[in-house]
Amino acid sequence: MAELQFREAIRAAMIEEMERDETVFLMGEEVAEYDGAYKVSEGMLAKFGPRRVIDTPISEGGFAGLGVGAALAGLRPIIEFMTFNFSFVGIDQIINNAAKIRYMSGGQFKVPIVFRGPNGAAGQLAATHNTSTEALYSYFPGLKVIAPSNPDDAKGLLKSAIRDDDPVIFLESEVMYGMRGEVSDDEDYTIPIGKARIAREGTDVTLVAHSKSYYVAMNAAEKLAQEGYSAEVIDPRTIRPLDIETIVQSVKKTNRLVVVDESNPFGSVASEIAFQVQERVFDHLDAPILRVTAKDVPAPYAKNLIEYYMPGVDDTVKACKRVLYAK
Amino acid sequence: MAIPVEMPKMSDTMEEGVLVAWLAEEGQKVSAGDVVAQVETDKATMDLEVYDDGVLLKKVVAEGEAVPIGALIAVLGEEGEDVSEVLAQYGGQSKKESTEKETEGEEAAPAPSGDGAPTKEAKPVEVEEGVEEEDGRIKASPLARRLAREHGIDLAKVQGSGPDGRVVRRDIEAILSEEPQGPTVPAVRPEKLEEEPAYRRPAAAAPAKTAERYESVRISQMRKAVARRLSQSKYTAPHFYLTIDVDMEKAVAFRTQLNELAEAQGRPKISYNDLITKACALALKIHPEVNASYMEQEGEIRRFEDVHVAVAVAIDEGLITPVIRNADQKGLGQIAEETKELAERARNKKLQPEEYEGSTFTTSNLGMYGIDEFTAIINPPNACILAIGSIRDVPVVKDGAIVPGKRLKLTLSCDHRIVDGAVGAQFLGTVRKFLEEPLTMLL
Repeated sequence: MAELQFREAIRAAMIEEMERDETVFLMGEEVAEYDGAYKVSEGMLAKFGPRRVIDTPISEGGFAGLGVGAALAGLRPIIEFMTFNFSFVGIDQIINNAAKIRYMSGGQFKVPIVFRGPNGAAGQLAATHNTSTEALYSYFPGLKVIAPSNPDDAKGLLKSAIRDDDPVIFLESEVMYGMRGEVSDDEDYTIPIGKARIAREGTDVTLVAHSKSYYVAMNAAEKLAQEGYSAEVIDPRTIRPLDIETIVQSVKKTNRLVVVDESNPFGSVASEIAFQVQERVFDHLDAPILRVTAKDVPAPYAKNLIEYYMPGVDDTVKACKRVLYAK
Repeated sequence: MAIPVEMPKMSDTMEEGVLVAWLAEEGQKVSAGDVVAQVETDKATMDLEVYDDGVLLKKVVAEGEAVPIGALIAVLGEEGEDVSEVLAQYGGQSKKESTEKETEGEEAAPAPSGDGAPTKEAKPVEVEEGVEEEDGRIKASPLARRLAREHGIDLAKVQGSGPDGRVVRRDIEAILSEEPQGPTVPAVRPEKLEEEPAYRRPAAAAPAKTAERYESVRISQMRKAVARRLSQSKYTAPHFYLTIDVDMEKAVAFRTQLNELAEAQGRPKISYNDLITKACALALKIHPEVNASYMEQEGEIRRFEDVHVAVAVAIDEGLITPVIRNADQKGLGQIAEETKELAERARNKKLQPEEYEGSTFTTSNLGMYGIDEFTAIINPPNACILAIGSIRDVPVVKDGAIVPGKRLKLTLSCDHRIVDGAVGAQFLGTVRKFLEEPLTMLL
C-alpha cells in the first residue's frame, strides 16, 4: 500500500495497464506536452513517447471519434476530456457509436474504450462548467459509468475499465484530484465494476452517495450519530451497472433511504435508485424515499448561490430526520 | 396573482396564533396597513395588518381557530381573481373545503351490511384533520401495513404518529410491545365523538354520562406560554429560596409624605411595589451577579449592564410581566406612572412585545391578597425573582419594650446555577437597607 493522491492513483492505473498491454494508449487535450490539464498524466509522455500519449486539437468530436475507430480496430484507447462538460461536443461519438456498435453489429465488433475526466460541480465555474453527467450517460444502454470517491477505488476501477471490452465513462472530479489515500500497489489490483461498498454500517437509515456526495453523506452520518441515529452509508462506486442488491439489503434492514446526488433532481441517479428500491422492497419502507440533489436550475456562479445549489450536509441530515420521523 | 396573507410571528416566543376576530369582510377593499383581523398570541391580542392593496378574496381561517406561524390566513387580490392556486400552494387547507372533502369521504365509505342504506347516525358534524378523512383511506407506511397484516392488527384502530397521522413502524411496534401475545389492540384511537372537546360539541349532542362531569375550556395561547415557560424554568433552573423580614416603618412614613406631594401635583400615587421596584433596581446595580442570565446554549453567563425590572401582573387568562426599563435611573414618580400605565394595558391585552420582553429581574406581589409570604418561580432567563408579601402590623421589641411595628417579608427565588446562597443573601440585604432607609434611594 502507498499513500497517493487521487490523480496519482489514476496515473498509476494508466501506466500499469499501458505497461501490461501495448494496445492501451492515452489521447486528449494537453495530456502529453503539458502533462495534463490537472497533471493526471504527468511524466507519461516521457515514459511512453508520442505514439501512445497523444495531444489532440481542441476538437472533442474529432478525437472521441478517433478513439472509437481505434477501439473498433483493436486498440484500447483512454480518451481524456479536460472536463466532461466538453464531452457534449463529442457526444454523438459516445452515444451513437461507442454505446451502440456492439449491439448493432450483432456482437461482431466490440468497443473497448474509456472516456475519462473530471465531472460535476467544482466551485465557481458557472453553469456550463459545472455539469453532473452521470445520470445522462447512465441513461444509455451500452455504456458503463463509474464514479469513484477515493484513490484506491479510482485505481482498482480504472484498471477494470481499461480491461473491459465495453465503453466505460469514468468520472473524476477537479476537487478530488489532490485527495490522498492508501492505494494498493499490486499491479493486478482491480475492483469489479458494478460492486458497491458499504462505507459505514448502521441500522436506522440508509444513505447512498457516490463521488463527492459520498463525503456529504459520511459527514451527515457523523452528525446523525451525535444525535443518536445510526446511518448506513453505501458508495455504489459504479452507477451502471448499479449494485441495487447491496442497497436493497441495506434498506431491508433500515426501512429508510435517502440518496445524495449532485445531479439536478429530474431523472437523476437518485431518482433511479429511489425507483428501483421502491419497486423491489416497497413493503419494507417505513417512509418515502428522499433525494438530496442539486437544485433544479443551471449551476449558479456566485459563491453563496453555488453553495446553496449543492446538496449539503445539513440538507442530508434534515432529509434523514424526516424519514426517521424525528424532530 | 393573488397574494397570500400568512400568520406572522408577533413575538419571540410565539409558535401559533388564534384568529380572534375578523375586522374585514370577504369582497372588501383593503389598503396596505389596514387592520383586517385580531390575533391572540401567547402574550397579547394584536392587530393583523395587510401589506398590500387589494380585495380580501377569502378568509381561510375561521374565528377562534389556532394556526401556526406561516400558515395561510387569508388571500388578497383583484376583484374576482381565482384563489385556488394560492390555496393549493398552502395545501388547500380551507376549513370549508376540508369539511366538504370529509363529507365526500363518508359518503364514499362502504355501507354497513343490511339493506345497504348508509346509516348517518353518530357521525360528528366536524372532525379533526385525521387519517381517514380524505377519502376513507388510512395512511400508513408500506412497512407498517405489512407488519399490521402479519400481526393481525386493524390499522384503522391505530393512532398514527407520522405526518398527517401516517401510521409508521414505531406505532405498530408500540402496540406489539404492550401486548405481545396477540392481535388485540390496546392503543386504539378514541371514538371521534368522545374526542371532540365539549366546547365544539353542540350541547344537545352531549352524551348523558354518569361520571366525570366537567367543562372543557380551551387552553389559551397565554396559558400555553405560561405553562411552557414556567415548567421549563422549574425543570432546568435549580431554585432555592431566601426570606428576609424588612422593617417598613420608615418606608410607610416616606410613602405617605411622597404621596401628599404627588397628590398636590396631580400625579399618580406611589405604591409600595414601586418603592420595592426602585430598591431592587438599585440593589441590582450593586450586585451585578444577580442581574444576569445563565445561557446554557451559548455556554456563557450574561451580566447585563442595564437594569430592567419586570413586574408580574395578573390578568384574566394568566399573567404577564411588563418591564420597567432602566429602573435604576428612573425616579419613583416615573416608575409609578409607567407601572400603572403598563399594568392597565396588560389587563386590556394591549402590550407590545417590546414592553414585556427583555427583563433582567422580576418581582411578583401578592401582598394585596393578604399573603404574608410565598415563593415564586423564576421568570426565565432571569436569575432571580422576588416574591413580595403583605405589610403586616406586628408587635416588635424596641429598646426593651414591645411596640407596634410594620413588617414585610420578601422571598428571593434564586437560580443556583448562577446565584449562590451568599450572593442572594447579600443582594436581599441591600434591598432591605434601601427599604429601611428609603431616603438613601434618592441619593
